[in-house]
Amino acid sequence: MGELLKLEAVRRAYGAVVVADAQSWSLAEGEALGVIGPNGAGKTSMFNLITGTLNPQSGRIYFAGQDITDWPAARRCRAGMARSFQVPQPFGGMTVYENALVAATQGAGARGARAEAICLDVLARTGLMPKANARAGSLTLLERKRLELARALCTQPRLLLLDEIAGGLTDGECHSLVQTIRDVRATGVSIIWIEHVVHALLAVVDRLIVVDFGRLIADGAPQAIMASREVREIYLGLDADV
Amino acid sequence: MDWINAIVQGTLLGGLYALFAAGLSLIFGVMRLVNIAHGDLIVLAAYLGLTLSTALGIHPLLALGLVVPIMALLGYALQRGILNHTLGDDILPPLLVTFGLSVILQNGLLEIYSADPQKLQAGAIETASLRLGELALGYLPLLMFAASVAIIAALQWMFYHTALGRAFRATSDRQDVAQLMGLNRAHVFGLAMALALAVTAVAGVFLGIRTSFDPSIGGGRLIFGFEAVIIGGLGNIWGTLAGGVILGIGQSLGAQINPGWQVLAGHLVFLAIIAIRPRGLFPRMDG
Repeated sequence: MGELLKLEAVRRAYGAVVVADAQSWSLAEGEALGVIGPNGAGKTSMFNLITGTLNPQSGRIYFAGQDITDWPAARRCRAGMARSFQVPQPFGGMTVYENALVAATQGAGARGARAEAICLDVLARTGLMPKANARAGSLTLLERKRLELARALCTQPRLLLLDEIAGGLTDGECHSLVQTIRDVRATGVSIIWIEHVVHALLAVVDRLIVVDFGRLIADGAPQAIMASREVREIYLGLDADV
Repeated sequence: MDWINAIVQGTLLGGLYALFAAGLSLIFGVMRLVNIAHGDLIVLAAYLGLTLSTALGIHPLLALGLVVPIMALLGYALQRGILNHTLGDDILPPLLVTFGLSVILQNGLLEIYSADPQKLQAGAIETASLRLGELALGYLPLLMFAASVAIIAALQWMFYHTALGRAFRATSDRQDVAQLMGLNRAHVFGLAMALALAVTAVAGVFLGIRTSFDPSIGGGRLIFGFEAVIIGGLGNIWGTLAGGVILGIGQSLGAQINPGWQVLAGHLVFLAIIAIRPRGLFPRMDG
């Protein structure tokens, strides 16, 4: 498996607050990586740096072998990366189908019947077909989260970045969302998933990284990470003897 | 009968105002840019029509075939070359830059064409009219009104049924997210300005055929355009047509009372409407 994404000493700070502190790590093609860490650790900033919403002050970012550090967000999306937002950000004035269509036309460069086919396939996979003609602004939380996923998938990404997509959902909702994400993964899409709902995360990912103060403090197999004392203390806030 | 005539003529005039407004509304809707130079761009289009129709010896309406693409190209270049660099979190830079552009356009036109009033000569069609009982409807105002309605219908269709229209609406909803969906903001904005100035080109040539113009009248056209947009409600293109018509009727009725009251009456109608409905008559439904 080749390297799909690589960060090299990526750093970004706002004054004294460092959101990415010389981060160097990589993701293999087809890998599913989970990201955990306390609030404010720099997880979402990491996504902003990768997708081009935020520029690093130093360091380089590579995607599929190309240096994308200076690429604008739109170009990175067309090259094959897509993200969902923690707080869903639908195009509220447009229908669910139109939301998907914008992603398929702009992100995947599809036109006409092909764009239509992509949208219908993705809406079916994400369970949004019954809502295809509803205005995105009128959706429930679960539907909005599904739309985040659907819109990202319509850009036909090689790398899917999920930002707390399971947060705020009931167990049942969460379970079906996890199943959808597993199905996406089975199609060969690489995934980086930030999530506080750890059991959902562990059901999908095969590697876990822990971030705190913009630094990577652990990287490895999920079971080993979750068992480590440092992670339990920092992330879960548990006493050492629990 | 005079009053009915005033209402009918006002409605036809309103079509032109709606065209002034459509470009303004499109630009504001897609990129939250308030284009102070919009009126002067309308006047520029009228002068372009004048130069082309006299130089080539063609009818001003035929000259539209050249004015429209020229203005569209100018719009794309203006947006990519200058205006895109002014857009950001602060709304002041685009206001200042388009204000400066307005001053440059006015003085440039003054330098080239002098302050003498000009008019586009449309020939026999200018005086031909359709008689309906006691009403006389000029063919030219009718044609312009029909063209305005057609352009607005085309814009509406474009917004809802084309990839470009969806790109405009997505950008209008959430600019930052639209970019993460692969949408090239600079290009989409350029296309929006090109389209807006293509509509403006039609508005300018129509204006030049209807009335005489000189380099200083842009400001007034800008105000009429703004008023039509606000009366109709931001983000609603059919509302913009209604706004133009209401403004046109207001002006026409004012002129019926006293010829000096035309513009004043239009402003009073505008004030009355925003006093009662600050978001306009037909604001966009979604928040």
